[in-house]
Amino acid sequence: MTAPRASGYFRIRYDDDIALVRTRTQRVWLGVLALALAGFPFLANSVLLDLANQVLLVSIGAVALMLLTGFAGQISLGHAGLLAVGAFTTGILFKELAAPFWITLPASAVAGALVGLVFGLPSLRLRGLYLAVSTLALHFMVLHAGQEYETRRGLSSGVVIDPPSLFGFALQDGRAWYVVLLAASTATVLLSLNLLRTKTGRSWRAIHGREAVAEAMGIQVPVAKLSAFIVSCTLTSAAGCLAAYYRGFVSAEAFPLFVTIQYVATVIIGGIGSLLGALLGTLFVVLFPQAIEASMNALGLTDRLSSMIFAINQAAFGVAMILFLVFEPQGLVGIWRRIQAWFLLWPFGQKPLGRP
Amino acid sequence: MQLAVNVAVLAAIYALISCGYVLIYRVSRVLSLAHGELMMLGAYGLAVTASLFVGHPLIAIGSAALLSVLVGVLVYVLLMRRMTGESVLAAVLTTIALGILLRGGMVLAFGTQTQYPLQQLGWINASLPVGPSARISAAGLLLVLATALVYAGLFAFLRMTRWGIRMRAAGQNPLLAAQRGIRLHGVYALAWGLATFSGGIAGMLLACDAGVEATLATIGLKAFPAALVGGLDSLAGALIGSLVIAFVEVALISYVDPLLSDVVPFFVLLAMLVVRPWGLFGTREELDRV
Repeated sequence: MTAPRASGYFRIRYDDDIALVRTRTQRVWLGVLALALAGFPFLANSVLLDLANQVLLVSIGAVALMLLTGFAGQISLGHAGLLAVGAFTTGILFKELAAPFWITLPASAVAGALVGLVFGLPSLRLRGLYLAVSTLALHFMVLHAGQEYETRRGLSSGVVIDPPSLFGFALQDGRAWYVVLLAASTATVLLSLNLLRTKTGRSWRAIHGREAVAEAMGIQVPVAKLSAFIVSCTLTSAAGCLAAYYRGFVSAEAFPLFVTIQYVATVIIGGIGSLLGALLGTLFVVLFPQAIEASMNALGLTDRLSSMIFAINQAAFGVAMILFLVFEPQGLVGIWRRIQAWFLLWPFGQKPLGRP
Repeated sequence: MQLAVNVAVLAAIYALISCGYVLIYRVSRVLSLAHGELMMLGAYGLAVTASLFVGHPLIAIGSAALLSVLVGVLVYVLLMRRMTGESVLAAVLTTIALGILLRGGMVLAFGTQTQYPLQQLGWINASLPVGPSARISAAGLLLVLATALVYAGLFAFLRMTRWGIRMRAAGQNPLLAAQRGIRLHGVYALAWGLATFSGGIAGMLLACDAGVEATLATIGLKAFPAALVGGLDSLAGALIGSLVIAFVEVALISYVDPLLSDVVPFFVLLAMLVVRPWGLFGTREELDRV
């Protein structure tokens, strides 16, 4: 909410300050967005629907990572491992106990919270790089545990999971998934928005700014750090559970380090320290490979390079990340804010105020 | 006996790779997570030069080594130079991005099939006896020798030459070093060049031993715990750390479970981070400057 606003908008009651949606313009645009999201499944074909589902699925994990890295300032390179925690909890509970969705989802969340506590413990002693490395180490351990389970049970190709049923519906159709995932993603965003306005969220920002000062202000730094890890890991693990059901199988091979890099890329490309950034970054990361494939189709190169498509994606991804890191450290949200400021200040402020 | 030889070879591999992490970190406080990929680039470089200079193996090796120095300097000049002064996170992420760019690019350029530069060089990887009961491959022996040479060279370089002393000064306090007239960008570029050179040598020798394919870069990631266990800013530490990691890994593989080999280095790393985050030989105040 730091972007410059047009004049004529004054907050004269506390309610105005508390409201999430503040102006009429915001209300109108949110309404348009809600209508578009509601109408989308009726207009889109199955390919587009699958893409939308992937965006929604990734957005949960991206928002969770944004809370941890973008707001609390704790670097994590273990995000793929956390998704794997949720997915394997789901897979194991389903395989061994045939547990229904209503048990596996909370169980995944609890497992995520516990692992989050373990992931967070090094952060009490370590900062910056060393913390990143410790989460990286935990990533390998989680994956190893998953692989161990697969080999012990003789499930070399992964655990196959039946589609879950909600209120008597079996979730097989893309449209049904869209509704569930949209609800989950919206809930995550709303939860995060509100969490960031509470004491917890403010303490996260404070420790991001400077730990010593935060401590002097009476913030319990260990509590703030651990709570950031636990919240982020719980959300991510729940996303892992949903991902396991959506894909229909769980395998340690589905969570390589590249997945972590993709999630970190959503945060970087979207713009650090902004929930909108996490969502924009998700859109970019999911749609970028599709765009590459589409352009290769258009150029007629697909047949010759079909075996190379993953390598092309990887390389292009690296280039995109480097370009953003070097030329636009504020990410897509920085671009968006500049456009906003340009229109709001036109014709006077051609240079955004306060941002060199 | 055979176990000891295995430990020595594995430790040499890790030590040769991890001294690149240490060099870059010690001089410029940047952790390069693209080191595994740069190492692989060195290996592919040898594959290319070996097919260019057929019949002249020494020329091929020399030009491949030169190429890897050049690549390291270029990486600094074109990319990492822009990251000086940015946050630690940004610099690390840039190296990660560079890593996946290189990984994808190398698959595109060289394909996914395993290449054997040793055959193109016209040499054979003989199996030599060590003592009464153990054997070592020629490439393995070369690895141990190369590691000893590189480490001796680096120690001498850092202690005795002018540029080495400049590098240590820049690592200790960049601001003071710059005020004393040391050209930081030159020093950093040299550190990247040397790190990529040592990594490239490791990659070439690994390629001679087992061929080079797209998964070689993961060894680079496994060598990273060795650097950290020894202390990220200490060359001697990297050597000791590599020995520790290699010993634990080989012992566990032969006595417990081969599946553990991928995860054991990271387990040691985590234990180290909990007990003594700055490593066996690292300096303690490092931690707060990060």
